Amino acid sequence: MSATHARILVDGASRLRFAPHVKFRHDETRARWVVLAPERLLLPDDLAVEILKLVDGARDIAGIVDDLARRFEAPRDVIEADVTAMLQDLVDKGMLAP
Amino acid sequence: MSAEIGPPLALLAELTHRCPLRCPYCSNPLALERASAELDEAGWRRVLSEAAALGVLQVHFSGGEPLVRRDLAALVRHAAVAGLYSNLITSGVLLDRARLDELVEAGLEHVQLSFQDAEPASADRIAGLADAHRRKLAAAALVREAGLPLTVNAVMHRQNLERLPEMIALALALGAKRLEVAHVQYYGWALANRRALLPTVEQLERASALVEDARVRLKGVLVIDYVVPDYYARRPKACMGGWGRQFLNVSPAGTVLPCHAAESLPGFDFPSVRSASLADIWYRSDAFNRYRGTSWMPDPCRSCDRREIDWGGCRCQAFALTGDAGRTDPACALAPDRGLLDAARQDAAAPPGEFVYRQIGAVAEAR
Repeated sequence: MSATHARILVDGASRLRFAPHVKFRHDETRARWVVLAPERLLLPDDLAVEILKLVDGARDIAGIVDDLARRFEAPRDVIEADVTAMLQDLVDKGMLAP
Repeated sequence: MSAEIGPPLALLAELTHRCPLRCPYCSNPLALERASAELDEAGWRRVLSEAAALGVLQVHFSGGEPLVRRDLAALVRHAAVAGLYSNLITSGVLLDRARLDELVEAGLEHVQLSFQDAEPASADRIAGLADAHRRKLAAAALVREAGLPLTVNAVMHRQNLERLPEMIALALALGAKRLEVAHVQYYGWALANRRALLPTVEQLERASALVEDARVRLKGVLVIDYVVPDYYARRPKACMGGWGRQFLNVSPAGTVLPCHAAESLPGFDFPSVRSASLADIWYRSDAFNRYRGTSWMPDPCRSCDRREIDWGGCRCQAFALTGDAGRTDPACALAPDRGLLDAARQDAAAPPGEFVYRQIGAVAEAR
């Protein structure tokens, strides 16, 4: 299997963005955020939306966790575990990429 | 009840029934529409605009083979402008660089390409078209060169299931990010060909184990969707996510259906976009309301704690096997008609019959 066929593992230094042809946008009809992807459609909950809004290709995961820990006044290690697991899952599904 | 009906998420736009392939499990109805009956470009533009206004988020351009329509790129562009995420479901045999460039420029987001087998001679025999497999390989390469995400759709049955490992390898080699391993579902053409297609339980178990293994091995590399055939399931699939809950289908002639097989159901007057708006049809038509929610359900569905998980299974399968679309889907182990599946599964042990190939104007002799 070639190098392009390796799983990407995320960590605090990973800078992620939405993969090409994956759209994160606000749907006026349902008044909520949606993720549109090839034959997939996600309706993220409020917390997931807050995380995804910070996925911009510039910020690293550590920065995203710092931001959320400050705003939600929650323990950093708890936030870090949740955020990393969610973003790893979306990378595995091809929705996010470095 | 209308208070609980949400807007549809996705539209399957079956632009045409015309197709150069003749797959014996085609999901189109036995009575195929001719070109003269198809909605014109203006008609489809109106459907797309109404779908977006209704809350549809994704449109799947399908067929038949959607590339036989010369106005496909214009419709993709119309969908993109309306804010719809567009997906092309194609056999690939009519795709060339000029057509693909035109579609990419119009805003196409994704291509799903079907493969009939990993072995070229078998693939061409199943598709009923010489040289089809080679042309599909070329189409896949074009899609990847254009930077579009690719899904390989592998329809599996007793005549190709042993080559599932090669199908997975093919998807990887083509650079697909998703692979749909879709066992044939037995309505319409596939029901007419059930003896030629239904795998044995041993074949199926090997395939399921193989998919499970590949999913672990290829995590983060290839997403594998897997659809088990109802005939070997214990619980029915939530067909279309429930009747009239998430999905609508517009046929080539403009008939609006809760699923692509629903035209086979008797006793319905399915509405048409030629005489009503999509919103009217979605929220108020008898056809969409008849099996919506749970109040239509007979027992054992009505009192089942899974009634809002599998939504009573598939109405078309209930009709195909029992003659009554309102019965519990026999795919459920709790269904009173479950015995019908035991009889059907014996088809898998019989020698495969000849294919009844899909064609316009043919009347298939069922089984």
